[in-house]
Amino acid sequence: MVTVADSRREEILAWLEEVKDPEVPVLSIRELGVLRDVEVSGDEVVVVMTPTYSGCPAMHAMEADVVATLARHGVPNARVKTVYAPPWTTDWISDEAKAKLAAYGIAPPARVESDDLVPLRRRAPVECPYCHSVNTIVRSEFGSTACKAILFCNGCHQPFELFKSI
Amino acid sequence: MSRESGIGNRDSGNGSADGWVAGAKPATATSGVVENPFFEYLLRLADDRLVLGHRLSEWCGHAPILEEDIALANIALDLIGQASLLLKLAGEVEGKGRSEDALAYFRDAIEFRNAQLVELPNGDFAVTIVRQFLFDAWDVLVLERLTTASKQTLAGIAAKALKEAKYHLRHTAEWVRMLGDGTVESHARAQRALDDLWPYTAELFLSDAIDAEAVGSGSGVDVESLRPRWRQTVDQVMAEATLNVPKDGFAPRGGRTGRHTEHLGRMLSDMQSLARAHPGAAW
Repeated sequence: MVTVADSRREEILAWLEEVKDPEVPVLSIRELGVLRDVEVSGDEVVVVMTPTYSGCPAMHAMEADVVATLARHGVPNARVKTVYAPPWTTDWISDEAKAKLAAYGIAPPARVESDDLVPLRRRAPVECPYCHSVNTIVRSEFGSTACKAILFCNGCHQPFELFKSI
Repeated sequence: MSRESGIGNRDSGNGSADGWVAGAKPATATSGVVENPFFEYLLRLADDRLVLGHRLSEWCGHAPILEEDIALANIALDLIGQASLLLKLAGEVEGKGRSEDALAYFRDAIEFRNAQLVELPNGDFAVTIVRQFLFDAWDVLVLERLTTASKQTLAGIAAKALKEAKYHLRHTAEWVRMLGDGTVESHARAQRALDDLWPYTAELFLSDAIDAEAVGSGSGVDVESLRPRWRQTVDQVMAEATLNVPKDGFAPRGGRTGRHTEHLGRMLSDMQSLARAHPGAAW
């Protein structure tokens, strides 16, 4: 049975597709895995979110965007609740969303294989999002945002970013 | 600063044994009474991250190569983010309405509970990297234990921070290998950094009644028990880096109860100046 709260929840989730990651504007916060749930009870709307990284400065922007977007759709009193468990993982990003990342020029994250402390440089080769060569090297384990690393493609001589797997 | 690595001054901050005698009641530099031990415990976890995060941020725009400039700033961001979450929780536990910003910017050095290791000046790049490695190897073990904390918010913060800490450790371990097993110059600087920093690692494994109470309530870590595993990681990486692990001996302490080196106050005067000049200001 579909209740009024359920259909209201679906409606709100659909509106929240408009909220994108400001640093990666091709992904919605749902596709990124940051939007965890929407709780509706009566007039009260609580949007449950989890941060990508503890210090991600884009979280504040995304929270403000959620509240502003819902206000635009006539939900004036939405509130954001932040949860930390389960911790965010790039495995929550769907294959469809990963394809969007690659098309945008960011190599998508590989599946998180192991939690062990394997040395960084011994991981699987990363495919260049531009020319698809796997002849690429890691230039920097850390990039322009907390969630990305910087790589270089020896095939097309182009630097590119990789979404880190965590 | 007697040594080139920039640490120097080994006489400072060697606090008295107050609070570190087995079975003794915890005492701090600010008062003899600890009203809320779990609040104190959370400050210890948070302040390590806040102070080390700020130290790393001092490299922004100054690191030897661009990639490492970005890396140190990213690690700083993770640590400051973790500190912010932990201080927010500490403020709630304290129950006096202090926000994470109030705790970060409006406490004086004597009220900070970080280990002295993290407040020492950055020194050269080798000091910064070796210190970060020694801390990360410890941090991963602490956070691993805290993921099962009975206080659920703390367990959640730890699970998130653990992923970040593992990434940091892999990066800094790689750099220790490169510096130690690198040129004559990089080897000498890395060894000097390790020799100078080593005494300060002892404090990471000290515990007192505040730790014991947190452990007893299911939301703390018995840090003394982590030492063998930490030594295993350190010994392995140092062997690969062709660096000699120093002998244990001189072991300054006191940071956990508010007794700090002269360096923390200077660092805070920089870190807190904006917030104190414009109290309550918002972006």
